[in-house]
Amino acid sequence: MADLKMVETAAAKSAAVAAAGTPLLSVENLQAWYGESHILHGISFNVNAGEVVTLLGRNGAGKTTTLKSVMGIIGKRTGSVRFDNQEIIRASSDKIARLGIAICPEERGIFASLDVRENLMLPPVVRSGGLSLDQIFDLFPNLKERLNSQGTKLSGGEQQMLAIARILRTGARFLMLDEPTEGLAPVIIQQIGHTIARLKSEGFTILLVEQNFRFASTVADRYYIVEHGKIIDGFSNSELQANMEKLHTYLGV
Amino acid sequence: MQALYAQLLVGLINGSFYALLSLGLAVIFGMLNIINFAHGALYMMGAFCAYFLLNLANIGYWPALIIAPVAVGIFGMILERTLLRWLTGLDHLYGLLLTFGLALIIQGIFQNYFGSSGLPYSIPDALKGGANLGFMYLPIYRGWVVVFSLVVCLLTWYLIERTRLGAYLRAATENPTLVRAFGINVPRMITLTYGLGVGLAALAGVLSAPINQVRPQMGADLIIVVFAVVVIGGMGSIMGSIITGFALGVIEGLTKYFYPEASNTVVFVLMVLVLLVKPTGLTGRAN
Repeated sequence: MADLKMVETAAAKSAAVAAAGTPLLSVENLQAWYGESHILHGISFNVNAGEVVTLLGRNGAGKTTTLKSVMGIIGKRTGSVRFDNQEIIRASSDKIARLGIAICPEERGIFASLDVRENLMLPPVVRSGGLSLDQIFDLFPNLKERLNSQGTKLSGGEQQMLAIARILRTGARFLMLDEPTEGLAPVIIQQIGHTIARLKSEGFTILLVEQNFRFASTVADRYYIVEHGKIIDGFSNSELQANMEKLHTYLGV
Repeated sequence: MQALYAQLLVGLINGSFYALLSLGLAVIFGMLNIINFAHGALYMMGAFCAYFLLNLANIGYWPALIIAPVAVGIFGMILERTLLRWLTGLDHLYGLLLTFGLALIIQGIFQNYFGSSGLPYSIPDALKGGANLGFMYLPIYRGWVVVFSLVVCLLTWYLIERTRLGAYLRAATENPTLVRAFGINVPRMITLTYGLGVGLAALAGVLSAPINQVRPQMGADLIIVVFAVVVIGGMGSIMGSIITGFALGVIEGLTKYFYPEASNTVVFVLMVLVLLVKPTGLTGRAN
């Protein structure tokens, strides 16, 4: 029965892919190294245009490294990363950004020597179609009031909003958010959840890394499980309940 | 009193050179993480460039004020692309050794061809003579050097602290990887930053040519004091470098008037005191 179910799932998945055409992001056998240590051992997954896909997994499984490798900021990487039908495994991160991929890093990366306005305006516009400042302030009203504050004087939640807000301006349509809810209060997590849902409805494609599985389940279309630098499983949001037990084992919760 | 004002003016002029040079060092250190010991040699090249322009091509002071910093800046960018780039990620010590070696080579080459005595470079006609201010006689050229240096320093400050390009620069000083991941060509920015710092040094060299003559050792003599200025001011802030540069020039000038015996050492005594009290320098941030 289990096998049959897997086959059905796979068939459903490939049908979905076929319906959507070529995936926007397609990662094949991605391997990556930090200096001498081999972190990713052949990651393969797809993200279709307009989807929210979440990478789940324990600490140190390779989720962040996967995002960084797609962005081109891991020194040594092999395999294939295709974005919008272009191979980008050898491209430098500034070139990759110019194709319309933007990252919101785990440590948020707010610059202390820049004020909020400068932080917000820092990433250059790479193509048309980005959010206007008014739309951004509509999503994150707090930021408007704190434009002249030093970037790192903001609260953790405000810094997270700033880190997301600044990549919405650029016109990038593929966003990679690395643990956007980490260390934040429930009410802020909710606000970030609403933001992700809103971005999805406006056609953004989002690749999310989350430890907070409960949060991920409110926004994601599909999940991949990362373990020891490999994708070991994947399912859609509708298959979530059926996979709960497995998931608890994978994540150790 | 005349003598006091005269020493104050000398102090302000030296302060101008300290400010222009330490500003360049601070910008370069921020972006490249390199303590640029070649700065004095590049300052000297600026003065020589003005000298060559005048004597080989009959191009005078005013064009030289633009051409020399650009030419030496380009030379600096070539150094960055071919040599300094390889030091990315290594300890400060390697950059210090490499640039120190470069300084020795550059100075050695100039010394070989031009000896160590000074070559004359005359004050441009428009800035000759002086003005009697009532309380003192002000040689026009010296007044010009102080005002022009101050303007260039403030423009550089504005560029870095108030413009979009400056925001890229400050951000890339903090986290170059992330700035690059936003689509900014950081390696090119690093090259241009080095060119900017070197250009400021060369500009100071051109300004100094009519005052101090053009000598291969002119940079080596000055750079020791400039590094003391940088240590006192701290590498952290642009405005800090400018203010410390001018202030120490003035303090040196005052010392020449009140206690001439100490005028060559006062900056170093201050450096020791600052290091004892605040090792990161007056405006520096703890790393």
